[in-house]
Amino acid sequence: MIKGAIIGLGKMGLSHVAIVGAHSEVDLAAVCDTSTLVLDAFKKFSKVNTYSDYREMIEKEALDFVVVATPTRFHYPMVKYALEKGLHVFCEKPFSLTTKEGDELVDLANSKWLVNQVGYHNHFIGTFRELKRLIEAKVLGDIVHFTGEAYGPVVTKEKGGTWRSKPEEGGGCLNDYASHVINLIQEIIGRPVKASGSLLKSIYSKGVEDAVYGSLILDNGISGNLSVNWSDETHRKMSTSLTVIGKKGKIICDATEIKIYLKEANKKEGLDKGWTMKYITDFAIPVNFYLRGEEYSAQIDNFVDCIVNKKQSTYNTFEQGLYTDKVVEMIVEDAKK
Amino acid sequence: MLKNKEMDKVLFGDNQFFAVNHASDEKARAQSIRFKEDAAIIKVLDQAIDLGINTFMCTTHDRIGTVCDHMRSNPAKYKDFNIYPCMPYAHKYANAVTELGILGTIKQYVPGNILGTFAKGGMAVLNKDFLKLMELLVDAEMKMFKGIKTPVIFIQNVIVDMILGMKMYDVLKAYDAYIREKYNAEPGYITMNMPLLLDTLNSLGIENPIICSSINKIGFRMSGGVELYEKYLNEKQFRPIAMQVLAAGALRPKEAIEYLGKFPKIESVLFGASSKGHIKETKELIENNL
Repeated sequence: MIKGAIIGLGKMGLSHVAIVGAHSEVDLAAVCDTSTLVLDAFKKFSKVNTYSDYREMIEKEALDFVVVATPTRFHYPMVKYALEKGLHVFCEKPFSLTTKEGDELVDLANSKWLVNQVGYHNHFIGTFRELKRLIEAKVLGDIVHFTGEAYGPVVTKEKGGTWRSKPEEGGGCLNDYASHVINLIQEIIGRPVKASGSLLKSIYSKGVEDAVYGSLILDNGISGNLSVNWSDETHRKMSTSLTVIGKKGKIICDATEIKIYLKEANKKEGLDKGWTMKYITDFAIPVNFYLRGEEYSAQIDNFVDCIVNKKQSTYNTFEQGLYTDKVVEMIVEDAKK
Repeated sequence: MLKNKEMDKVLFGDNQFFAVNHASDEKARAQSIRFKEDAAIIKVLDQAIDLGINTFMCTTHDRIGTVCDHMRSNPAKYKDFNIYPCMPYAHKYANAVTELGILGTIKQYVPGNILGTFAKGGMAVLNKDFLKLMELLVDAEMKMFKGIKTPVIFIQNVIVDMILGMKMYDVLKAYDAYIREKYNAEPGYITMNMPLLLDTLNSLGIENPIICSSINKIGFRMSGGVELYEKYLNEKQFRPIAMQVLAAGALRPKEAIEYLGKFPKIESVLFGASSKGHIKETKELIENNL
């Protein structure tokens, strides 16, 4: 058994408490938050120790790892402190507020050889993994274009909100929603090196964008578009998709299905000429505990597995999370032009 | 006592009405267009009733309120009809938490002004009386079903599984007791973690619970795997309802429902469909195999 704790008990933090708490190889020892309302609920109903100061928790609890699920501006001091104390760290996305701080955390984690992972859970959805495999297998031939999209109903009316509506604290659609899409593009198609024509549009929010549009140019020369809107109530929940167009066809992939169109059949992959549909049921990663999606458990399983077996994660390292932050910065700079 | 009252073999679900499709976002969108008007929902429900289906298992979505209004204004037509409410409609709260934070969400959804010390809801929060707060939220969700038969009342898997993972078992115990007492109904549990839930409920002294979980031969959304689920279906004492039996469309109805027939303990099957032909076909398959 390894010992872990959760810092930050918002929506993602509570979800991590449940997933880590149900993990058979982990003893969830403690939770930490500043809300006395939430801490009192834990005191009353659960057996985990509660703290309002993460430093005190780390001092007292002899932990192997922490999950940091606080608002983004707290990631840097908390992750840094945990790493300095020799703990493995799972950090929610977006990773860092400034890439300078992010660079420091990446170096620190690597120099201490600690397992480090960021919560870009889409990489634990079977369909996106299959998309990556198909692209690497050159099913589409040379890629000519991509479109990365995410839509959902987060901010659908004009009113003040939480830290998520403050750009200086890591809020806004670019940090919160678009980062998922950027991270998928980055790991599946190629790393963006330039943003152009970036548009950050406020629809209902004040001081923060509700939609992000623009073009990205990748390190392999491929270019494509980003289209993300969190004020779109035509979607019941966040829906994220990638469309990739190549000389040999096209693939549209989301969390539930992959639609493949090929100009000619691909015998090796068993893909017909024309459309082939593949569903998540064939690709879902098996988990022992399910909450809101296999991917949330699968990412924690991966993190725990890396700690137990003393290896580094190949998915969602701090370095990968930080690269997404760098692309976010490129988009912000480009939009100012 | 309603305690061991039988449930219908066929429970008609509502995912198709609210653009929930586990296999395809595109199909979900098509459904959302088709069921834009409440009348379209009522029409399909009436078709299900004509085919002899008497139980509608539905989320506490705002639009179900309108369906309930229609039922109340046509009491003769719906006199034998049961609703099994499943609360809460979680996306409503999840989106609110992202936007307003946890306290903000409580403020928005607990009836009464939270800051008014005399309001019941406000008192519950100020005193950190969490179980009272749970009761208030249950009451708020149940309001729309006033005057309608709700012999089984479910909590949705996202809440059940969250509580299960957080090991806040007293909340489950309190919910169970409250549903029995206040609503004279049988509490039901939806989960993606059936074996873990059953063990937990048994450890709390809750025996023979109604548990609705995914049951299909490919193990889709069955945490712990098919073999463990089959063992529980064969050996343990509980009242299983099968959902996601088609595994989001990966299985054909005939093979899917024949599989369920291997487990005599399964009392009911939850399914949703939009066309009369589909409803009829699935209902007959269930009745012939279960």
